[in-house]
Amino acid sequence: MLCKRLIACLDTRDGRAVKGTNFLALRDAGDPAELAARYDAEGIDEVVILDVSATVESRRALAATIEAVAARLFIPLTVGGGIRTIGDAAAMFDAGADKVALNSAALASPALIAEIAARYGSQAVVVAIDAKNGDGSQFVYARSATTPTGRDAVEWAREACARGAGEILLTSIDRDGTRTGFDTSLTARVSAAVPIPVIASGGAGSREHFLDVFTAGRADAALAASIFHFSEESIAGLKSYLAARGIPMRSPDHQITRSPNPPSC
Amino acid sequence: MKGLRATGAEPRVVRAPAELTAATGVVVPGVGHFDATRSLGAEWRAAVRDAMGRGVPLLGICLGMQWLYAGSDEAPDVDGLGIFDGRVRRLTGAVKLPHVGWNSLDAVSASSLLDGVDAGAEAYFTHSYAAPVGADTVASTEHGDVFASVVERGVVAGMQFHPEKSGQVGLRLLKNWVASHAL
Repeated sequence: MLCKRLIACLDTRDGRAVKGTNFLALRDAGDPAELAARYDAEGIDEVVILDVSATVESRRALAATIEAVAARLFIPLTVGGGIRTIGDAAAMFDAGADKVALNSAALASPALIAEIAARYGSQAVVVAIDAKNGDGSQFVYARSATTPTGRDAVEWAREACARGAGEILLTSIDRDGTRTGFDTSLTARVSAAVPIPVIASGGAGSREHFLDVFTAGRADAALAASIFHFSEESIAGLKSYLAARGIPMRSPDHQITRSPNPPSC
Repeated sequence: MKGLRATGAEPRVVRAPAELTAATGVVVPGVGHFDATRSLGAEWRAAVRDAMGRGVPLLGICLGMQWLYAGSDEAPDVDGLGIFDGRVRRLTGAVKLPHVGWNSLDAVSASSLLDGVDAGAEAYFTHSYAAPVGADTVASTEHGDVFASVVERGVVAGMQFHPEKSGQVGLRLLKNWVASHAL
């Protein structure tokens, strides 16, 4: 049975991991390569790096960061933040990313989704949607949640899927960094609307929040940052909790046993 | 490449069919659409078949495994190598596609490829099309349908998941393949 995934997100700027609240007030959270390797060892299922660098110089440093992270990972790595062209995406794949996450650029030119999918496959294209509550609907925001687009989140998810996205990374702006729980109703609506996997993001603060988003929220994966960065919750402990409640999880206990018979040569 | 290096092998990328004559093992990786295998034309096919004829082990990963079948519904006009029986078809059932994430490998028949890998250990998949379970299936996986996730016949093997992205389980599978052929 397909497992639900736990994904650790590293927001990076100038080669360092940072973490904010509601997309603001960034604080330092360490070396991305160290953090990623630690999560891998602890049993995380995937790693996402979202670069929040603003300048061209620090964007160039991103490739080096990705290379350093990828060199130590044998699990999937997604990179997002500032990818505007197929050339930007190619640089990330060349540096070792398995998938790219598109956000503002996909909103500005949706054809970019199909362009990257045609060259690298849909499995390599994640469309990230930042959504915020307003008048009973969830509206999509661009440019790190600063620019309203007026688009409905569910409709945009459908379009992204139709254009070739392989997964949707859905972040609730209202919940980001608040640790008050994922927006399960938003997640469930988007998950029901598209045939591709949906990764829920924003608001993880407790074990119960993950359980909620995998059940009521119908999420295929859940992404979090702070709860993992500051070691408030062990990944193995969280997986055991979820597995005991019927959520299929990749077992962190699946150690590779020593073969009684060495491989025949 | 990184995964193979981690097993102690020394992989290199070949760009011309003639380079396969020096290979002691051949890996056909690949993600994407079956149509992409169209670029593996007659010369590549002949070179791969020639290597197999010399007993050189061949490992197909993901799309590379699918290429070892007769063909795929994803690109019906493109022929595969036809080494394994059956045809690659789109997964069915009330499940999300692409099949993305960690799913369990259920042993179907004995193989040194699975040495030291716990029953039910998970590997990382990302695909929508898959091959049927057949006589050459070593491990199967379920997502809507039950499909072949590890196959082996003689010197030819295939893995539908990405061993290079499947943590310690994947590295062990790669290591088993390298070790079983003394590469």
